[in-house]
Amino acid sequence: MEVTTKSMPYGDWKDNEYIEGMVNELKANGVNVVVGSLDKLINWGRSNSIWPLTFATSCCGIEFISLGAARYDMARFGWEVARSSPRQADFMMVAGTIVHRMAPVVRRLYDQLAEPKYVIATGGCAISGGPFRHSYHVVKGVGEIIPVDVYCPGCPPRPEAMIYAIMQLSRKIKVERFFGGVNRQEKQQDFLKNHPLDKMTD
Amino acid sequence: MANLQAIVAEKFPEAEIVNGETLELNVPDAKWHSLATMLKDEFGFDNLTALIGMDWGDLLGVVYYLTNTSTWEMVRVKVTTADRVKPMLHSITDLYAVAGIYEREVYDFYGIIFINHPDMRRLFLRNDWVGFPFRKDYDANPEVNPVRLDHEKVDDVTVSYVETAPGKIEKRKVEIFSPEQFVVNIGPQHPATHGVLRLRTAVDGETITKIDLYLGYIHRGIEKLCEGLTYPQTLHFTDRLDYLSAMINRHALCLCVEKAMNIEVPRRAQVIRVMMDELMRISSHLLAIGTFCMDLGATTMLFYPLRERETILDILERTTGARMTFNYNCIGGVIADLDPNFQTDVKKLLEIMPKAIKEYNKVFTGNVIAHNRMDGVGVLSDPDAKDYNCTGPTGRASGWACDIRKRHPYGIYSELQFEEVVRHEGDSMARFKARISEMEQSCRILAQLVDQIPEGDICAKVPKIIKLPEGHWFQQVEACRGAFGVYIESAGGNQPLRVKFNSPGFCLAGAVDHLTRGEKIADLITIGGSLDYVVPDIDR
Amino acid sequence: MQDLSFITRWIDNFLSGTLHFPEWLTVTTECVLIGLVLLLLYSVLALFYILFERKVCAYFQCRLGPNRVGPWGILQSVADMFKILIKELISLNHVDKFLFGLAPFLVIIASMLSFSVLPWGNGLQVVDFNIGIFFLLAVSSIGVLGILLAGWSSNNKFTLIGALRSGAQMVSYELSIGLSVLTMVCFAGTMSVSGIVAQQEHTWFIFSGHIPAIIAFLIYIVAGTAETNRGPFDLPEAESELTAGYHTEYSGIHFGFFYLAEYLNLFIIGGVAALLFFGGWMPLHIPGWDGFNACMDYIPSVLWFLMKAIAVTFVMIWFKWTFPRLRIDQLLAFEWKYLLPINLFNLVLMVLVITFGLHF
Repeated sequence: MEVTTKSMPYGDWKDNEYIEGMVNELKANGVNVVVGSLDKLINWGRSNSIWPLTFATSCCGIEFISLGAARYDMARFGWEVARSSPRQADFMMVAGTIVHRMAPVVRRLYDQLAEPKYVIATGGCAISGGPFRHSYHVVKGVGEIIPVDVYCPGCPPRPEAMIYAIMQLSRKIKVERFFGGVNRQEKQQDFLKNHPLDKMTD
Repeated sequence: MANLQAIVAEKFPEAEIVNGETLELNVPDAKWHSLATMLKDEFGFDNLTALIGMDWGDLLGVVYYLTNTSTWEMVRVKVTTADRVKPMLHSITDLYAVAGIYEREVYDFYGIIFINHPDMRRLFLRNDWVGFPFRKDYDANPEVNPVRLDHEKVDDVTVSYVETAPGKIEKRKVEIFSPEQFVVNIGPQHPATHGVLRLRTAVDGETITKIDLYLGYIHRGIEKLCEGLTYPQTLHFTDRLDYLSAMINRHALCLCVEKAMNIEVPRRAQVIRVMMDELMRISSHLLAIGTFCMDLGATTMLFYPLRERETILDILERTTGARMTFNYNCIGGVIADLDPNFQTDVKKLLEIMPKAIKEYNKVFTGNVIAHNRMDGVGVLSDPDAKDYNCTGPTGRASGWACDIRKRHPYGIYSELQFEEVVRHEGDSMARFKARISEMEQSCRILAQLVDQIPEGDICAKVPKIIKLPEGHWFQQVEACRGAFGVYIESAGGNQPLRVKFNSPGFCLAGAVDHLTRGEKIADLITIGGSLDYVVPDIDR
Repeated sequence: MQDLSFITRWIDNFLSGTLHFPEWLTVTTECVLIGLVLLLLYSVLALFYILFERKVCAYFQCRLGPNRVGPWGILQSVADMFKILIKELISLNHVDKFLFGLAPFLVIIASMLSFSVLPWGNGLQVVDFNIGIFFLLAVSSIGVLGILLAGWSSNNKFTLIGALRSGAQMVSYELSIGLSVLTMVCFAGTMSVSGIVAQQEHTWFIFSGHIPAIIAFLIYIVAGTAETNRGPFDLPEAESELTAGYHTEYSGIHFGFFYLAEYLNLFIIGGVAALLFFGGWMPLHIPGWDGFNACMDYIPSVLWFLMKAIAVTFVMIWFKWTFPRLRIDQLLAFEWKYLLPINLFNLVLMVLVITFGLHF
């Protein structure tokens, strides 16, 4: 099964092995026809309607604005419904450095997102701490505090790179299963179990 | 200045007077407050330009840069203490309002307590942070301060160290918000704060009664990182401070190092730098007015300036290869030569800009709702602008002629014809219009230079290893949001002892509480948008 | 022009005549059928409006808007609907669960009820009774209850401020809507929806009522924009101030209901404007131009109504994407200091026009 989006031929993707691995995992146990077509419908809806949370900490956020503007126009793909309330958003573009003081806030925002939720770590800072890795106050990659689905490198990544990242996310959503199987929710639960909140204060 | 020296020597015999680039006064802490009062009242040093915490290893202290806003003379004052356990200095918050936020920063980083400061809390770091990171003996072990995922306790009470009688200091509790107040938490994740700024806002109905500012949600410790790097390595951080005036910030740091090393920058490089700075300024103001309009609810107006901004980014990209973090200036000049099409591109831009500006005015500025929302909202008076050190378009909209390009010309600005945009209303509309007029002036500068780029080297010959002599240097430039200062103190060698980026946004954020008192919640958004701070610039 | 009531009559005959249903069963079946049709229409219109607004605002902003999902992006809002239907409904601690759950339904019921009195076409009207306009005003103001409840029950300061703003705003602007509608009711001399439409057979009210009708229309469209909480009056959900206003805490389909209701209210305002000022489903008739009038009659009445409503809502979308947002005090001052006095004056003017027969 070739997983791709309308905007890009299958051969142009850089990491088809990864997605094929997921497809094989998905197919391994066989699937009921009804559930399978239902999954397809659900995934069509989900992968074509990814609403971002307006969340930006630094430079990458400005590129995210550019992504929404006339030249790059993410509205073409239906991503322009940026919601300010995490309850209504589908994915969180962690655009910019995450520092110690921000970490609990990011985690809370992630917890507030409604399922299914996804995270794209955008830019060097969010991936690994970037140029500020050796600072006393910088989290070395947002992957330490929340599970990340797609990494989008760059400092800041160009809007084209961001489009590619979100399309990758859209592709990943396409190989999901609503019940069990290749269900990223399990991995997510494992992650959250391994990274508990220290103590709930309120 | 000679007059000042004589009077200080007479009245403060303890003070040590050093004649350098700027007049330097070293005073003991006990005399500092009275000296500051005299400097402000009798010599007109009414603007605290920079307040820099320092750790010299044995001594802790603070360096002040004061400016006389009528003559633009500067004086540097150094106050030190040898006590490293509980260092205490006297606060000058009562004389300079901006000191309130500056001193909290120094307390946060160096643990220096300021006597009589009304609010001695941490500013950037969590209130359960262990240690003071900018001290040379700070324990950077990540186990001491791990990434905590619990929310820090927000307290409505702060402490203040009050001097009741000379030498007698009392710790007092000060209430920030009373339990009856309705406190709304705006930020750090909020669409209108232009980043991750947190404002705890007490409201009475829709009217704001007080704002408590929380910073540090993007504090990356850049200044501390610089202390462990060589000078060329520190350059790239400036692009990521205020990413919208990346070129200008980097220009400032390069100028400062060049000043320290006495490097003569080739003429071609100087022209290129100024042109890049002005392109940067236009693009920054375009984004500023765009996001401001979006904050006011006119979403469409965001997209028109962004369209022109893309044109500028194209020009910059063809030369530097990047859209935002350019890495273009270097010590001695610029890294790469101009793109062959640079001049034609700039000329094309100069053609479309006047039309574009006319269009913005048509779409937004003349709108009656826009006028209602912006006229008379967040009025900053001229003395307040000096008091809060609000420079840039904000200061100039209040009638304070504070353009560093005119006051302390650097590069080739002294040869150029342009007007300093000064308005007198001081409200949000004035700040908005000041930005638009500044874009016109920047276009004027570009038009003068576009055909006058001389041939020659793009970079001076600089030694392979850049070492600065012992000493300290302070260089200001006019960034998009105001006067951006770089302070370098070197103990010799290839690494700085202290680098301080004195960012304009920090002071603007400090003025938010003052500007919003008694205004509506919606006005908070207007004022924030019109000040146009960039949060990574505030937090560094 | 075609009378479409033959469809309803046929269904009625089929049920009671062919199938020999007793009367109560016929009525029940018909009610269920009407409900289904309305629901379907409701969701299709909402999906259309969501896409329409996104496309329109994209063109205002020199962008393209959705164009990847389905041909020309027309399936974009369908995809959004599928997504939002299966999105998690977050249950919150510390909220009033009953009211929290009730609020979105109140909002959507209010707009659905208003749907029933709109004159969809010649003979296509769900309920037509002599106080139709009155009913419309009454049910459309239930919506504000839902919004107030949503803001209150979420136990969140932002939603509370949003809800209070919304309460103040909607109660104030209801007055303007009411008065401008009253002006037109005076002119028509009836409150029955079909009666108002019938009166506009020769000329639409906006032409025959000339100056006072035009003033009433302008006030109506301004107040209508405020009633639907859309820009420049979108204070209750002012994104840059209150994150998402009263529905900040709602997720999944509950949020979807608010989202739908917003667009449907937009349509209702457009529909009522079409009814009161542009002749409802009545085609454009110019007295004396018989050929022209006959041609116009060939366009189905449903299409006339939809086109008019959409044209009015297009203007409202235009407002939203052009103007900055008002501040709450300015918003209220605008209503109480300007719109209300003008409206009262206009009512008097209309009465004078009617009394002296100065209309066409």
